[in-house]
Amino acid sequence: MTWEIVVGIETHAQLRTRSKIFSGASTAFGADPNAQACAVDVALPGVLPVLNQAAVELAIRFGLAVGATINRRSVFARKNYFYPDLPKGYQISQYELPIVQGGTVPIALPEGEKRIALTRAHLEEDAGKSLHEDFHGMSGIDLNRAGTPLLEIVSEPDMRGAREAVAYARALHALVVWIGVCDGNMQEGSFRCDANVSVRRTGADAYGTRCEIKNLNSFRFMERAIEYEARRQIAILEDGGRIDQETRLYDPERDETRSMRSKEEAHDYRYFPDPDLLPLVVREENIERIRAAMPELPIQRLQRFTQTFALSPATAAIVTSSRATADYFEQATAGASAEAAQQTANWIAVNTNAKLNERGIGIEECPVGPRQLRELIARLIDGTLSAKLAKEVDDAMWAGEGSADEIIERRGLKQISDVGALEKVVDEVLAANARQVEDYRAGKQKAFNSLVGQVMKATRGKANPAQVNEILRRRLG
Amino acid sequence: MSLSKDEVDRIARLARLAVRPEESAAVIERLNRVLGMIETMRAVDTRQVEPMAHALDVVQRLRADEVTEVDQHVLFQSIAPAVERDLYLVPKVIE
Repeated sequence: MTWEIVVGIETHAQLRTRSKIFSGASTAFGADPNAQACAVDVALPGVLPVLNQAAVELAIRFGLAVGATINRRSVFARKNYFYPDLPKGYQISQYELPIVQGGTVPIALPEGEKRIALTRAHLEEDAGKSLHEDFHGMSGIDLNRAGTPLLEIVSEPDMRGAREAVAYARALHALVVWIGVCDGNMQEGSFRCDANVSVRRTGADAYGTRCEIKNLNSFRFMERAIEYEARRQIAILEDGGRIDQETRLYDPERDETRSMRSKEEAHDYRYFPDPDLLPLVVREENIERIRAAMPELPIQRLQRFTQTFALSPATAAIVTSSRATADYFEQATAGASAEAAQQTANWIAVNTNAKLNERGIGIEECPVGPRQLRELIARLIDGTLSAKLAKEVDDAMWAGEGSADEIIERRGLKQISDVGALEKVVDEVLAANARQVEDYRAGKQKAFNSLVGQVMKATRGKANPAQVNEILRRRLG
Repeated sequence: MSLSKDEVDRIARLARLAVRPEESAAVIERLNRVLGMIETMRAVDTRQVEPMAHALDVVQRLRADEVTEVDQHVLFQSIAPAVERDLYLVPKVIE
């Protein structure tokens, strides 16, 4: 009997505004405790929330990017619950009429593209932070984060398993960063995901009972948490047990999910329209203005690169994995041939990304700029450099030794493609390695490779390998 | 429509209101009078009326995204029962 894992994801993306959603306090990260919590954020009596225009526009921009309906009229509601980091006793959110409804996020899977449907995306305020370190048995409350604008993006239960869930979360993360609505900093909590996980017998129509998993603050933890949770639920069901709907917390130290203290009424939020806020009406001209300013989206750029340069879907996905990478690739290939573009894409996918990962930096900070890479690829294509020498030049460029041409010139790295010169080296190598020649003639292929190696060594790696092979075969033939 | 004692107890718990047992009957009676008033209003035929989210038929005005507030935590914390290292202290809460 096999099981199908069903996952839906709720994401809280912090919107990139300077001030809070309902007050003029700063949203900058890392301030001293409570320095950025104004009278509205700490909920002093008599204050009134005033909605931030930028938060509304960023929500609309997201809605347009996922092809959703922008509700011309949306309503803010109070979600009521008591917790010390929520001083009003309610969170201002949207319930019945969210600003964004529907839409899809395309994800790239090895078997092809899949579109994950979104239920909705609504505006809301963040809560403060509770610090449970020792304050003589008390908890410390920092309200700087209270009132930070969030877009809660809710997906349909469209993902089947941890791998698809992570692909969706990555695609959504790339998209919100790409269109500039969120900085995507997961360490600072700017992009937080909860996963709703259930399992059902393969082929079943009805969904199983789901559990919500919180505290998934990295893609890796998300994958592991969903895998653990699915195993847990399957084990219970196979033992004839029943899944209780509950909220569970992922513990990365123990790699397991644990039930959070849950009371049956904990989810009775008694939503009602917030009388402090009037209905939000979005005008047509504002939507059109935001649409006109929308950057080319990842999927559009991927398709353009694929068509213009005949890139493979996998390579195209890598060079459009972030807007910065796509911009870099674009600058490195402006007006280039399809061959040069393919080489550039492969170079970024393999060499550049590996070096960036090693140093833990983004492509924006790459010491080798797109124009430098362009020159390097040109030397690779015109045969000046072998793949091996190109790597050496790349290392030198990363070390700040100048442009590709300067490094080639200074180090004398030009590939030797002159037949006369290569023949001379090959003859010398053959004369010095009579034993390998004999072995080769006796049928040992290994000996041939050893001879190629000797020639490469004698030319300090500068010989054109294809030509060396050809000359050797001719001489030994 | 009227509320049972269990329902009132539950609502009181959600609202963090301590209703003493001897008050319970009176609270239930008063809440039911409010519901009675709602019943009266429900007698009006509103099928042709579009629901409103707010009593005022005007729309939300928006604020420009500017930081206009300065740090006043010392003033705000002067009325807090307990403060340490600029944090408000509250009885320990652990999820």
